[in-house]
Amino acid sequence: MPQILFRIWRGDRHGGQFRDYQVEIGEGMVVLDAIHQLQATQAPDLACRWNCKAGKCGSCAAEVNGIPRLMCMTRISDFPPDQPIIVEPMQTFPLIKDLVTDVSWNYQVKQRIAPFRPRPPDAPDGTWRMSQADIDRVQEFRKCIECFLCQDVCHVLRDHHKHEEFIGPRFFVHTAALEMHPLDTENRIAALKRDFHIGYCNITKCCTKVCPEQITITDNAIIPLKERVVDEFYDPVLKLIQLVFRPRRSSSVPAPSSSPHPQSAPTLSSASATTSAPVSPSSP
Amino acid sequence: MAIDYPIYEHDVLVVGAGGAGLRAAIEASAAGVSVGLVCKSLLGKAHTVMAEGGIAAALANVDARDNWKVHFADTMRGGQYVNNWRMAQIHAQEAPARVRELEAWGAVFDRTADGRILQRNFGGHKYPRLAHVGDRTGLELIRTLQDYGIHRGISVYMERTVFRLLKDGERIAGAVAYDRERGRFLVFRAKAVVLATGGVGRAYKITSNSWEYTGDGHTLAYDAGAELIDMEFVQFHPTGMVWPPSVRGILVTEGVRGEGGVLRNNRGERFMFQDIPDNYKAQTAENEEEGFLYVLGEKYQGRDARRPPELLTRDHVARCIVREVKQGRGSPHGGVFLELQSFSQWYGRRVKNFNAAEHWKKKLPSMYHQFKELAGLDITREPMEVGPTTHYIMGGVRVDSDTQMSRIPGLFACGECAAGINGANRLGGNSLSDLLVLGKRAGEHAARYAQQHTSLPTIDAAQVEEAMRWALAPFERTHGENPFQLQQELQELMQNLVGIVRREDEMLRALEGIELLRRRAQQVAVSGNREYNPGWHTALDLHSLLTVSEAITRAALLRKESRGAQFREDYPRKDSANYGKVNTVVAKGPDGRMQVRFEPIPPMPQELLDIIREENGGQLPEELRY
Repeated sequence: MPQILFRIWRGDRHGGQFRDYQVEIGEGMVVLDAIHQLQATQAPDLACRWNCKAGKCGSCAAEVNGIPRLMCMTRISDFPPDQPIIVEPMQTFPLIKDLVTDVSWNYQVKQRIAPFRPRPPDAPDGTWRMSQADIDRVQEFRKCIECFLCQDVCHVLRDHHKHEEFIGPRFFVHTAALEMHPLDTENRIAALKRDFHIGYCNITKCCTKVCPEQITITDNAIIPLKERVVDEFYDPVLKLIQLVFRPRRSSSVPAPSSSPHPQSAPTLSSASATTSAPVSPSSP
Repeated sequence: MAIDYPIYEHDVLVVGAGGAGLRAAIEASAAGVSVGLVCKSLLGKAHTVMAEGGIAAALANVDARDNWKVHFADTMRGGQYVNNWRMAQIHAQEAPARVRELEAWGAVFDRTADGRILQRNFGGHKYPRLAHVGDRTGLELIRTLQDYGIHRGISVYMERTVFRLLKDGERIAGAVAYDRERGRFLVFRAKAVVLATGGVGRAYKITSNSWEYTGDGHTLAYDAGAELIDMEFVQFHPTGMVWPPSVRGILVTEGVRGEGGVLRNNRGERFMFQDIPDNYKAQTAENEEEGFLYVLGEKYQGRDARRPPELLTRDHVARCIVREVKQGRGSPHGGVFLELQSFSQWYGRRVKNFNAAEHWKKKLPSMYHQFKELAGLDITREPMEVGPTTHYIMGGVRVDSDTQMSRIPGLFACGECAAGINGANRLGGNSLSDLLVLGKRAGEHAARYAQQHTSLPTIDAAQVEEAMRWALAPFERTHGENPFQLQQELQELMQNLVGIVRREDEMLRALEGIELLRRRAQQVAVSGNREYNPGWHTALDLHSLLTVSEAITRAALLRKESRGAQFREDYPRKDSANYGKVNTVVAKGPDGRMQVRFEPIPPMPQELLDIIREENGGQLPEELRY
């Protein structure tokens, strides 16, 4: 069997280095297969996330030869066989170990975005009517598998580390899916400007290029949202009217939902971001 | 040995954050109790994302004749009448409300022309019944529950693996887990525990299941003293990818056949027409024309077109494919062909300017993408190669049909790791509805149980320490076997000896092999430290994989007949007189060994029998004649 040299980042939050491994290549193999083969034979403690191995869960995001990709959908035969394949973790998030990064920030960001709030049902049986044409766009956004490759490649996060101020392409897509949902009544436009700083995005379209679901992030999600921000805050005619009438500002704080369950304070913890403290530490 | 560990307290602890776990957590939280949700992966990555075809619910949006009774009868027929009829009834009755609720929480299903939720045909369902979003329905379901759930005050513990349940006397007391990231232990103290850990597919070599599917919930419950039922019924999905080797087993949705995809052998024969079981003959198309008309929902010779034979139940289609391959009529890489071109040509003759490529990309976007990326194949122009893949286990934790509680007070189970609703074979689309309907019920009753028990259970430090010592043992061996090697050997063994076609001698060999592997598993060693160490995780998973493998094999040996997903070469016929009114039950005996027995299924009440009779051409099947 032919062999290919893999150069894989090994290390943790304290540091690390690339290590070389020879991998036997079979027909149709993807990069994730090579990682699995290494775990089973040469490097049982090589850390990597994966689940479905079919491009549907978005767990195995990494950078292969410098390009953010899903390892399960990256065929080894796409690379020249005489050159090493370099695999390293996503750079925008803190490293945990080897190819695994701490992506918990993304989960915290999502919680800051006001959730879906539907209009009252259209029919007496509690259902709604929507035409397919009106939901095509939203369905495109909802294809997102939350691999966070778009976050990884976004220079506002990757180079300028604006994680505190900027929510990144994934969450503009999420916001767009909510804002363009035919049933939604929430308004997130002010939050996009004030809290999520959509203005930092200068539409270089890197996110669109790396999206494994081929969502046209920039053109279909970010630019329309930017336009809505402009319409609400920078429209000269509107400004004039607002001089006369006090403006109504929307909020990013979750409003009471019309759904049957009451709202309550969110908590979320991951291994690295534990918000619910243990009640009784013990050492027997 | 003193090990530090934090203890987290909740009224209800849900283990597993796929569709069932999320739905249970949302419901428990809505009841006002404190809820913890533990999952092995990141939130939203669970195997539910892989579900493609849709959610079965008798909404009657596409065919007004549909109702819960027909759905109930379809589910029982698909399960060959060994299902828990009460669960099948609840499921059929409540599924429509659960689907509408998802829409209220933000799900965006494909629409009918008049703007309602669109439903599609699927194997074993009499009417178009599956609410869907293209072929990524599972993603829509899990994302909707996730995005709704994160605003409900649920404490989510990501990337933690629960490996032991704790008890306080007979009652459940909590669980022990390790965090995958740093390898630290943690303990949950909870009044009620809901298991929603999914299936067991990783016990087999060829599977559509992710690494998470190691039978954790089955094993946690079994070790804690609960019973498992129907473990012999493992569903092999007829259509998984077979080429290239690295993607073998990845699912090809039944939706392909639901939209007009046709199975052919290497002679070009549409072999499914040659073998239609008697109990499905009246519902199956007589020729290609009628099958295609069914896909379009049109009439054939003045009556409703009947479904094509490709949409017979999964167990049957899988066995037909195995037969074609065994008899030398398979495709080059050991499968059969699944092609869209026949439908395209037929439809192209009816509709002017039919654009086949656009049609299929719209109907089956992720299948198009999957084959294009992984196999370099354009499904709109070329046939796919497909073969059976381990997909789902009908068996699981035995629970009460109305509350989802096991025989251990406070221990609940739902989703794939629980059993009853599906009987001997699950219909496509019924798992997503099962997750929602029975997940909700598990959460509701777990919360009620917690509210009725005001005192928190006591955590027994000895139980905790024993569990932790067990988990750390692989680090203490410097020389030992590679856990990946053992996992692989078990997968080969189950694939070859307890697969689609079973025989007593082979399964007895399998039992010996499992016993041998169990002894070797006690000697595995892992290198490196506890931080994100896949070798260690695999070493601990072996215990669950071996437990469920033994349970499957023992139950399969006991049932000396062929029914649904279980096909016995040595007992190729269905034997309803002896096995049509019983379930197999697996439990740990007083000596610690696995015991398996039959237990009678309670007789079906008259009003449900009447439904079955009406949907079965005026006759009751033998299993229901008392």
